[in-house]
Amino acid sequence: MNNRRVKQFVAAIGVPRLIIMGYLLILLIAMPFMGLQIEMLYTQAFGRIGMYGVLVLAMLPAIESGIKMNMALPLGVICGLIGGVLSLDWGFSGWMGLFLAVLISIPIAVVVGILYGMLLNKIKGSEMMIATYTGYTAVAIMCIVWMAMPVNNAEVRWPQGNGVRNIVTLTGKYEKILDHFLEIRITEELVIPTGLFLTVALACFLMWLFMRSKTGIMMKTAGSNPVLAEANGISVDRMRILGMTLSSVLGAVGIIIYSQSYGFYQFYMAPLNMAFIAVAAILIGGATVGRATVFHVIFGTVLYQSIMTFTLPIANVIMPEGTLSEIVRIIIQNGIILYALTKAGESQ
Amino acid sequence: MDDGYILQMEDIEKEYYGNRVLKGISLKLKPGEIMALVGENGAGKSTLMNVLFGMEQIRNTGGFRGRVIFDGEETHITSPREAMERGIGMVHQEFMLLPGFTITENIKLNREILKPNLLSRVFGKRLSGLDHGTMKADARRSLDRIGLELAENETVDGLPVGFMQFVEIAREIDKTNMKLIVFDEPTAVLTEIEAQKLLDTIEMISREGVAVIFISHKLDEIMQVSDTVMVMRDGENVCTLRKEDTSVGQLAELMVGRGVDAGSIAQKRSLDNDDILLSIRNLQVDMPGEGVKGLSLDVRRGEILGLGGLAGQGKIGVSNGVLGIYPTEGEILFEGEPLPMNHPLGVLKKRIAFVSEDRKNVGLILEASIEENIAVGALRVNDRFLKKTGPFTQINGKERRKHAEQMVQDFQIKCVSTRQKVGDLSGGNQQKVCMAKALTMEPKLLFVSEPTRGIDIGAKEVLLDYLVKLNREQGVTIVMTSSELKELRSVCDRIAIVTGGKLEGILEPDSPDLEFGLMMSGARMEQEFSTEPVENRGESVEKGPDTPETCGKIPDHDTERRRQE
Repeated sequence: MNNRRVKQFVAAIGVPRLIIMGYLLILLIAMPFMGLQIEMLYTQAFGRIGMYGVLVLAMLPAIESGIKMNMALPLGVICGLIGGVLSLDWGFSGWMGLFLAVLISIPIAVVVGILYGMLLNKIKGSEMMIATYTGYTAVAIMCIVWMAMPVNNAEVRWPQGNGVRNIVTLTGKYEKILDHFLEIRITEELVIPTGLFLTVALACFLMWLFMRSKTGIMMKTAGSNPVLAEANGISVDRMRILGMTLSSVLGAVGIIIYSQSYGFYQFYMAPLNMAFIAVAAILIGGATVGRATVFHVIFGTVLYQSIMTFTLPIANVIMPEGTLSEIVRIIIQNGIILYALTKAGESQ
Repeated sequence: MDDGYILQMEDIEKEYYGNRVLKGISLKLKPGEIMALVGENGAGKSTLMNVLFGMEQIRNTGGFRGRVIFDGEETHITSPREAMERGIGMVHQEFMLLPGFTITENIKLNREILKPNLLSRVFGKRLSGLDHGTMKADARRSLDRIGLELAENETVDGLPVGFMQFVEIAREIDKTNMKLIVFDEPTAVLTEIEAQKLLDTIEMISREGVAVIFISHKLDEIMQVSDTVMVMRDGENVCTLRKEDTSVGQLAELMVGRGVDAGSIAQKRSLDNDDILLSIRNLQVDMPGEGVKGLSLDVRRGEILGLGGLAGQGKIGVSNGVLGIYPTEGEILFEGEPLPMNHPLGVLKKRIAFVSEDRKNVGLILEASIEENIAVGALRVNDRFLKKTGPFTQINGKERRKHAEQMVQDFQIKCVSTRQKVGDLSGGNQQKVCMAKALTMEPKLLFVSEPTRGIDIGAKEVLLDYLVKLNREQGVTIVMTSSELKELRSVCDRIAIVTGGKLEGILEPDSPDLEFGLMMSGARMEQEFSTEPVENRGESVEKGPDTPETCGKIPDHDTERRRQE
């Protein structure tokens, strides 16, 4: 009987998650013996979990509406960056700057999401491949746009010439404004970014509410069985557009939250890899390309970002040579994506 | 072993997962004889042929019992390739041709004539070149034999459908030792003239001493071409008759007749013929394989109307068309008002529900739970199972579960809980969930398509009983599409037979088997039927469905006549 219960437990959590949790546990145990500053690392992990939370959440509506992983997350991210750069250029800072960035980026993301959703409806079945290259293309096009953007604020513009800078600092604007909101300082180094967590929690809660609403359930139905959905009078195409739009909006809001915590807006090629990080996190959390829940988002973000935070310093201690830790990060990140994608077919 | 026979199959039995689909079939075939194989869909014709050809699905499911004696020796054919090598060929209903290849290449496929070249001398036979000249000449000869005036180097994809069938035949007769050819509904997609030519070709082939098994639903073709007719029903050999001893009418009756006893036929009820709930005029549905081509039908309020007919004739297209699942044209009135076309939501809002024949794709979300599946339609169409919490309208999980539990009880769905995934349930229980989902939408008119396909007897009874109860107690009008005539006759007030995408006629559940058989076999049957000798016709009507005198006996074979011709 006991044996069966163990099996059920393993089946419920999934072997890959058990392995990853085991790996994380080893990291946690190993850290004190490596002479690392544990408290600081924990604080870093909290920060990263909060930073990426909304970006990972952006995958959920895309998956549930049947367009699978939103590999074109850079599209939404770009919308967020546009909002951010405009609000900065107009000289807004503090809470006002943050809200204005979000406010500007949302309508842009809605339009982009609808248009891109319409495109995806024409290429059903190969969304992820198309999306990956859409992301690349959009990032490349935006490189030109950033260059040509007529910004006047000296903090945003290149020191010489026109266009947006590669990196725009948020110091003195709204750097870590959410992180510091209601911040809990347990010790000097161990800090819980309450405001950031609350923001992520709010986004997750709203998504959870949406998925339980009539529209949410219809979207889920369209995603899991398009034929049945059509037969029940659900417009699959519209639900997919809705899913894509939500995903883009979350991508836009997500990058602003990410940036305020990070302290910089990064333009040009920076949005390129955002999709992969988010995909890896939600897959680690137990989602498949066909099904995801808010739990998968939270669990996946916590696992993935903890591993990323803890692995690098430990790898650095063990192998201090050059950029090895970065290589380890790339191997882990892409390894997880690769593994999850090979499992993708089984869910259907 | 009788030397006169090319093929003897003795007591062939086959089970699919405990379901007996062949119950001791025996047949004997002489060289040059044409034997027709008739029976409804699911009678076991295809399975029998699969046994003969040693198809994989037979071996993978535990093989078969019985003996096959081919060409004087007991054989156990284990692959279609072996069948081919022994001289058994098949002309398929769906063409097995490679579109981009020429006619010659298709005819010679996998039997190419090789010519050594430099590579093959070094690396062996597999790299030999093809002897195109000889291959073309061979192909030409085969094409000439069946009188097909086509260039042998044309590619197949440009050919009209009718010609493709002949290329298949040319391929089969090109095989040098061909002794038996099976034609699986070869005329299904042909025009009348092409079909006639094909029948002539079949006769020609048989005159050359090749035995032919001819599977067809078209009884007039069978009467024209065959020497003997074997009627199959529910995996049993009902009887084998000589053509001279039978008639279209009798075959139709034998094919359908189930010996339905009076008790299991639905009781007659008096319903108002003028109270029309749904009126369909000139319905055309573009559903692949089940197209409807101009069907008109009235459904009376409060009745259970059956839609019957053979597979592929369009009966399934009717409900799918009305619900707007496939592109539809025509005119549909529901309660006197035009029903929106090609607009499922509009139809569902009128409280018309549909239980699809395609359980796994249209009927259910397999990875979702029972309660989610049951609720999804009503949630979408009627806004059921919702509650307001502050500014948010949310799913009412409690109400949904309560309703699902009630449904599980009503239908006796066997499950662990209502949260169980539908994909884990058995076919019968899945079907019950489909039905529960439709009923949750509280329909006035319910379309049920193939409700008992692939489910066990227990579940069948529950479902059919429930349909009747629903009709009698709640006054729901039901249109039930089914391939099982017996089932239709046991619950329906009237049965409409759909043939060739049109309404062939409407019968009472207690109409004679003969009429069902004739209608299902198509419009041309009636003409054929009326030209029959009068005494023969009278006889077959009076005979009981299962006891024609000749039944059960295998007639003496006398095909010498044909050869001498």
